[in-house]
Amino acid sequence: MTATTAGMARQLADLVRRPWTLMEVCGGQTHAIVRWGLDQLLPDAVELIHGPGCPVCVTPAACIDLALQLARRPEVILCSYGDMLRVPGSDPGDDLLSARAAGGDVRLLTSPLQALDLALLHRDRQVVFLAVGFETTAPATAVLAQQVLAMGVDNLSLLVAHVRVAPAMAAILDNPANRVQGFLAAGHVGTVMGLAELETLVQRHRVPVVVTGFEPHDLLRGLLACVQLLEAGQAAVVNAYGRVVRPEGNVVAQRLIDNVFTPVNQSWRGMGVLPASGLALRGDYRRLDARERFAAGEFVPPEPSPTASPCISGQILAGLAKPPECPAFGGACHPHHPLGAPMVSSEGACAAYYRYRGPGLDRSGST
Amino acid sequence: MTSLLPSKPVAADRIQLAHGGGGSLMHQLIHEDLLPLYGESPPVLHDAAALARPDHGIAFTTDGYVVQPLEFPGGDIGSLAVTGTANDLAMAGARPQYLSVSLILEEGLPRPLLRRVVASMRTAALDCGVAIVTGDTKVVERGKADGLFISTSGIGVMEAFNPIGPTALRAGDALFVSGDLGRHGLAIMAARHGLDLQPPLLSDCAPLWPQVEALLQAGITPHCLRDLTRGGLASALQELAEAAVLQFRVEEAAVPVIEPVRRCCTLLGLDPFHLANEGRFLVVVPSEQRAQTLAVLHPRGGAWVGQVEEVATGMAPRVLLATELGTERLLLPPTGELLPRIC
Repeated sequence: MTATTAGMARQLADLVRRPWTLMEVCGGQTHAIVRWGLDQLLPDAVELIHGPGCPVCVTPAACIDLALQLARRPEVILCSYGDMLRVPGSDPGDDLLSARAAGGDVRLLTSPLQALDLALLHRDRQVVFLAVGFETTAPATAVLAQQVLAMGVDNLSLLVAHVRVAPAMAAILDNPANRVQGFLAAGHVGTVMGLAELETLVQRHRVPVVVTGFEPHDLLRGLLACVQLLEAGQAAVVNAYGRVVRPEGNVVAQRLIDNVFTPVNQSWRGMGVLPASGLALRGDYRRLDARERFAAGEFVPPEPSPTASPCISGQILAGLAKPPECPAFGGACHPHHPLGAPMVSSEGACAAYYRYRGPGLDRSGST
Repeated sequence: MTSLLPSKPVAADRIQLAHGGGGSLMHQLIHEDLLPLYGESPPVLHDAAALARPDHGIAFTTDGYVVQPLEFPGGDIGSLAVTGTANDLAMAGARPQYLSVSLILEEGLPRPLLRRVVASMRTAALDCGVAIVTGDTKVVERGKADGLFISTSGIGVMEAFNPIGPTALRAGDALFVSGDLGRHGLAIMAARHGLDLQPPLLSDCAPLWPQVEALLQAGITPHCLRDLTRGGLASALQELAEAAVLQFRVEEAAVPVIEPVRRCCTLLGLDPFHLANEGRFLVVVPSEQRAQTLAVLHPRGGAWVGQVEEVATGMAPRVLLATELGTERLLLPPTGELLPRIC
């Protein structure tokens, strides 16, 4: 792999004639790039900026605040994925692990169907599943919703914060300050959604989009394909992760999403409301909405902190700045005390820089 | 002599508060469930063990064990409590000799489970070459403990006579690990979160003294030994770098990690260098002993993984990881509880 990777990096250096700015969309790709130091291998003309593709990071603080409030109710078992448990809500010091320490019943799941097991085991309790993730995890939530309705389970509800990737990519391109000239699209989302949405994006915005995997050689293959398109002046969708992604995607999973959810405008932490970028329960499945079951209409989110935050996470998520450029990075903002979305989850861009390059003595990226 | 105690006071397959009350149920518990801890020659049931004084100095250590689940693939809280404390002694260059065991049982704990844990402690004690010489048992109300807590303290006899610890580290020293990393942490995580790994990963829980003894017998004078438990290799190295005010450079590709561990880590978003091990340790030796150390450790699964350097000008003590791609990054300790990620 080393030889291949080095060879591909050389190929890229030979290929590039002009400076290009590319965005890898997915947090997993950002992590791989920083973990492997791939940016250290790239020619200076190719700049990688990091996208908003960490679903845990972009889950709105108000949604987490609501989850925290529900977790503190004695009848509730609040469950979610592991990395969601340490993401703070509006209060940087409050997360689901703290709620658990304060006596709340907070459980970590590795599959949504474990929530059903919990609900059947604890018929006298209310199980709430905080459902987060892109189109990758939404189908599994959909299966849970279908089974809950089919079995008539009345003590399980869903706090849905699923998000869609393609509308976020469009929002980045629509931003007047946008610098992104080409995308490395998220391979896992491609596995589910296929290429159709990306074709639409390319037709509308005339930028190359390359579906890319997560290993160093996958990322370099994606970069090569994207720079080839840019140098040739072509806007197209290329599947550079063909060993996993089929053009049509996973049709069964897409149907599950369509049956259970409907696209809605959704607030992304650090980015604001993006059109049609979220998923909400539809039809009969709305009976499973935890917001309605717990009369969360009465829920008043805590006041945002009045002190001006130096955090520039909005710019980082939109690809306008990199983590070390933030005045708070590594100082006021670190994984134990995150100020912004990309530091909250281990998959976020700021967390990746912190984890692999430290709190900021070395801002260049080289060591 | 006829005992005045009833031979079978109360049949109970779960621990009751009375099992800790000092009465006949406690007597029954000790004799039926706990005496196997001590092996063939149970000690005189008295307030303290009287031990012979060793010729050289002793090492003394203590640790508490609160793992969940109590039984996991490759071990249980009992094997961990014996092996972990024996291993702490080995890391001081001491041959583990004696152990005390304090059990805190939660009311309702199934006695068959307790008996399995006790049997596993006995086996671990034999494997580690330690004698369990004294013990104590308490029972607390249901809800006041998580099934079973174990504290063990250990005494070992010093067999290494050069100073072992961060202050002995020098730039140029060679770093070794004693085996592949991450199995224990992943086995526990799989058991705790219901990840059905096939085939299951087994904990690496094992005595460390045999390897330490082999190093010492080969004339190696380790500058530091450190078991790679909570926080894994990353935490151990960062703590040592800070304590010694030195920099470590680790060759990522040189660190042994078996393929199932590597794959699970990729899937769950974990770093094998953050995972706990219960049968692996870090050895730092003077550079001139590198070949000799490798000759001892390699046949046992160990590997050279890097070296100690002076701290770079203007930099804090840190651990650098050289990747297979020829790039470098920091190796930082985990920031908190290791949690499987969403995608």
